[in-house]
Amino acid sequence: MPHVTLAEATRLAVLQEMRRDPRIWVLGEDVARGGLFGQYRGFLEEFGPRRIVSTPISESTIMGAGLGAALVGTRPIIEMRIFDFVMCAMDELVNQIAKIRYMFGGQARPAVVVRMPHGIWRNSAAQHSQMLEGWFAHLPGVIVCCPSTPADAAATMVSAIRSDDPVLVFDPKNLWGATGDVPDEIAPLEFGRARHLRHGDALTMVSWSACAPLAEEAADALAAQGIRVDLLDLRTLAPWDEEAVAASVARTGRLLVAHEAVVTAGFGAEVVARMAERLPGTRARRLGFPKVPVPFAPPLEDALKVTPARIIAAAREMLA
Amino acid sequence: MATNSARLLALLSTMQRIRAFEETAMAGHAAGEVPGPLHPSIGQEAVAAGVCANLRVDDRLTSNHRGHGHALAKGADAARMMLELYGRAGGSCGGKGGSMHIADFSVGMLGANGVVSGGIPIAVGAAQGLQLLGSDAIVCCMFGDGAINRGPFLEGLNWAALYRLPVLFVCEDNGVAAFTATASVTAGPGVAARAESLGVPAVAVDGNDAAAVDAATAALVATIRAGGGPRLLHARTYRLTGHTSTDAATWRATDEVAAARENDPIARLESVLRAEGVAQPALDALRDDALREMSALRAHANAAPWPDPASAFADVIGENA
Repeated sequence: MPHVTLAEATRLAVLQEMRRDPRIWVLGEDVARGGLFGQYRGFLEEFGPRRIVSTPISESTIMGAGLGAALVGTRPIIEMRIFDFVMCAMDELVNQIAKIRYMFGGQARPAVVVRMPHGIWRNSAAQHSQMLEGWFAHLPGVIVCCPSTPADAAATMVSAIRSDDPVLVFDPKNLWGATGDVPDEIAPLEFGRARHLRHGDALTMVSWSACAPLAEEAADALAAQGIRVDLLDLRTLAPWDEEAVAASVARTGRLLVAHEAVVTAGFGAEVVARMAERLPGTRARRLGFPKVPVPFAPPLEDALKVTPARIIAAAREMLA
Repeated sequence: MATNSARLLALLSTMQRIRAFEETAMAGHAAGEVPGPLHPSIGQEAVAAGVCANLRVDDRLTSNHRGHGHALAKGADAARMMLELYGRAGGSCGGKGGSMHIADFSVGMLGANGVVSGGIPIAVGAAQGLQLLGSDAIVCCMFGDGAINRGPFLEGLNWAALYRLPVLFVCEDNGVAAFTATASVTAGPGVAARAESLGVPAVAVDGNDAAAVDAATAALVATIRAGGGPRLLHARTYRLTGHTSTDAATWRATDEVAAARENDPIARLESVLRAEGVAQPALDALRDDALREMSALRAHANAAPWPDPASAFADVIGENA
């Protein structure tokens, strides 16, 4: 069982799948030289330039061509380089990929994976550090994945590649270097199943992506103070594990959602609203970025983002 | 009958079916039977017929919002298309798409598109996929002159040339982007020069001359299928109707429309066939057959059941599935 970085874990997953199925190929900028983060290292040598295609900086066509290629029976992995550039391909993603199966009455299943490394990337500023996963959870027609560990990132990639529906994978770019064990044979992950990170009755804590390890750290610090929280990493936002969260909140009565994204209309709002509908009386709180673009200077970035200390403080206030 | 006349008669038949389909659907819309607007291609039928006559069933086609003719010429089922326009059960897309989203994957028709230039990236990707699969099928990408001012046109042609993809780009140039004369919003010498600058050889043709469109397409398709890379056909035509079925197009100069009616591609092709010795009754029969067919499809669609409301939840990932 290799102990690898998250970037390498995803590389191993894509490698495993591409060896299994010759219809799988990758398109995106700089992928033939290994990708921006080494996540396709060695692919050109093994698969050749037709299955690992370095493209022009043409995001609309990277996205749209992936769709077209899926419609004739191939299974493309569309690499967006970093999430922020998907703004240049929104028509192809939102109007085309997400709609085609439904709008054409089920004639087509666009089996594409769209990889969009996202999240705060230390000192990369507003156009390279966004967390807009909530937009896509709002969009009918796509599966939204936000893994946070090497094992989950690898399993997510396998599921995404095998899915007949479009899957958006938000690789957590601040966690590319995080390490963990990955099985020799990577099995798919079931979409919509949260991972239970910590067990407790004091409070339900929900997180995902790069915020999940921060929540884990906070939960451990709280445990050291005698406060045991129930911590869930959602892993996928569409679908999301509403049942697991509801079962936990039913026990604790308190829900704290922490995410990197802006709080206002972030996916945390959806989690809280669903629990309010199902479990009236739930005490709920959200933690996330203020409604401000991510700034560049380290002290400015630090002043705004979620930290374990802020999660701990919020949890203690809720328990006071 | 001469082989040439037989081919031209087949083109005329396709064009009459497109004309009759759209005129019948327009009548249905005017009568309140068809919900939502239609984007008719009346006057442009020679492009659809002449181009698609050169495509195999396994060749793929992407179309735009004005795509009824493209779909019919590619072989899409007219009955299911009419049902779709009426939003009824059994429609091409089960009533989920309507006029602007007709698709028929069984004949390689990968979909009309509600976004101008939306089909271009899809077409180049389909060609890239076919190339990866080792197929010798090609992709035909239909778009209007309005599309050449959108980014995907530039990206897609560059892409197709770069990877030497089997794509026939067809700019069906009716001179007007919705309500605006395209020339008034387009700098430079136009679509063919733009294509050439991106490494895509372009050929211009009179898009109201079905035989010329057919011949030009035949040559381009042969080159593309032989591995020659993408080509562009620039077909100049004229939209005899307004932008949509709700636009009476009274904003156009009447002399312009009158001149265009003289240049109606159906009348022109009929005159060619008469000169080749085809009798008028044989030509009239094609029109009458088409009108009868479409009129029956209208009646059938208007009497057809609506989709089961439960089907609104089919073919989608779902709330939290």
